Amino acid sequence: MTKEVMTANKAVAEAARLAKPQVIPVFPITPQTSISEYLAQYVADGDVDAKYVKVESEHSAISAAVGASGAGVRVFTATSSQGLMLMHEILFAAAGMRVPIVMADANRSISAPLSIWNDQQDSISQRDAGWLQIYVENGQEALDTTLMAYKIAENENVLLPVMVCLDGFILTHTVEPVEIPDQSTVDKFLPPYTPKHAYLDTNEPMSIGTLADPGYYFEARHDMEVAMENSIDVMKKTEEEFEQIFGRKYDLVEPYKCDDAEIILVAMGSVCSTIRVIVDELRESGEKVGLLKIRAYRPFPQKDIVEAVKNCDKLAIVDKNISFGMGGALYTDMKAKVDKETYGFIVGLGGRDITPDSIKEIYNKTKNPEKAVTWIGLKED
Amino acid sequence: MKIPEEELLASGHRGCAGCGASIGVRLALKALGRNTVAISATGCLEVMTTPYPETAWEIPWIHVAFENAGAVASGVESALRIQGKDDVNVVAFGGDGGTVDIGLQSLSGAMERGHNLTYICYDNEAYMNTGIQRSASTPFGAHTTTSPKGKNSFGEDKRKKNMPMIMAAHGIPYVATASISYPEDFMKKVKKAAEIDGPAYIHLNQPCTTGWGYEPEKTIEMGRLAVETGAWVLYEIENGEFKVTYRPSERKPVKEYLEAQKRFKHLNDEQKEQIQEHVDEQCYELGV
Repeated sequence: MTKEVMTANKAVAEAARLAKPQVIPVFPITPQTSISEYLAQYVADGDVDAKYVKVESEHSAISAAVGASGAGVRVFTATSSQGLMLMHEILFAAAGMRVPIVMADANRSISAPLSIWNDQQDSISQRDAGWLQIYVENGQEALDTTLMAYKIAENENVLLPVMVCLDGFILTHTVEPVEIPDQSTVDKFLPPYTPKHAYLDTNEPMSIGTLADPGYYFEARHDMEVAMENSIDVMKKTEEEFEQIFGRKYDLVEPYKCDDAEIILVAMGSVCSTIRVIVDELRESGEKVGLLKIRAYRPFPQKDIVEAVKNCDKLAIVDKNISFGMGGALYTDMKAKVDKETYGFIVGLGGRDITPDSIKEIYNKTKNPEKAVTWIGLKED
Repeated sequence: MKIPEEELLASGHRGCAGCGASIGVRLALKALGRNTVAISATGCLEVMTTPYPETAWEIPWIHVAFENAGAVASGVESALRIQGKDDVNVVAFGGDGGTVDIGLQSLSGAMERGHNLTYICYDNEAYMNTGIQRSASTPFGAHTTTSPKGKNSFGEDKRKKNMPMIMAAHGIPYVATASISYPEDFMKKVKKAAEIDGPAYIHLNQPCTTGWGYEPEKTIEMGRLAVETGAWVLYEIENGEFKVTYRPSERKPVKEYLEAQKRFKHLNDEQKEQIQEHVDEQCYELGV
């Protein structure tokens, strides 16, 4: 085990190296680019025994990933924003074909207007593709989650691809100390991938990615629904095993000072760090406030969420995305699945700063609500 | 040439009677043998051969989408090679739509990167799976549902995209044209493509009874007419060396080919003459 100061992009690349993928099709895009650079260098230096496929687009990156995973090997890729949008069609195919690809998404806003800065509209827009989506808060969590992602994706009760979502620039380009586990320890946690359900082998020919008429398609999609439900337990067990081996504890949702909170802010990704500081500050002045950090957006851990927020009066949902006319995606999901007085807040689109004052404003506007959905941080003119 | 009896594309698939695509795939797989993995683009071939839970493929086969057969094949090839399976043939099949139109970028990337695989475009000169719409591979004058004949239209008003030469411009070690009506020539080319280290591209002319409008039993005859008239020319480019592989002793007038198909029935003499000029020009350029 070593500890180094690094960006979350480097942490993801280190995790990918430790997971020993055999094919890495990847296409550079800001702010993911350094992941593709690190991996190219690892392969060039022989630190990873993999084929690095220098594809001509993200569409081909994910297509090659499906082909390689279908041919029976562990695969890693990474993208962001427009690249993820270009992959859109094949994301559904990957999930439907049940190939356990792991992909990092450096969360970035979507054009137009063109913006390279952070929000989570890109991955949120892929919500229904059939991928698991895990949002991370810091570099260490990015590394650890990438490792766990393989274990979850490859579990025979899941067999769905996993997207590890890390906030562009805020995480991808910010350095912080990250512990890199030893290869031998990782090998114990994550043994080599041996597909049992579908693979291309000339000794045992099978057809993968066939046509299904109405007599079969419905069940195939239902199988995915079951797999998504299964993934809740699998993710929990994986996180427990991870804690036993590596000593760092994760959960699908992570409550902070929620037990006696009257108002709970619910959020995903790096903004949770800011919220935690404000929760402490408000608590000092006697406000009963808590944070519920959602790591697993898909599967949606309804039971855990309901349990975590059971004692509070109101929920404030912090979304870095917008479904126009409806509020943020996490807000609408929470409204659908959790029976509480709930308010939505749109923050940080296109990299607009989310300051400590933004969080206090969210708290105050939940305490004295004016409307269901409020945009925080709009310029007044 | 001894043609293996073993069929690696089983009968009972949903292809039309007289389907040229299935003849092409059968021949290709006979040339390649069992130690082969196939990739298909979405299209007639994929739809007719894999209605779940049935499959006509006796070899491992994968399909992902319409426009990405080149990229999927890249992934498959990379995965096989890293596992040490260097002797497995990788062959991708795309129709003309999946190859010259929507799949061009993906294919270009795969060829440029030098993957050791063979890509076969089965060209029936329109989007046949969706019911005969024009592609960039549709020939001049052909009626399709999106290049229809009409008061102000004689059908398709552009000449076929020259896909084999676009592939040749990638500098890959092997490019060939072929026809299902010349099975030995085609199979020899498939074998050569598989043996060569690096990417290979074969553009296979493949008559389509439904889309071209002729009786199903005439598929082979139609392919022969295409070549005998010079409307389609059989050649190969091996490591940059161009060679015509079949030279009709005397070229038949293209009229014979055009008049045998419903898609050209509306053409007047002047338009047929114009197509004859195109054919003459093409044959002059290729040295036929």
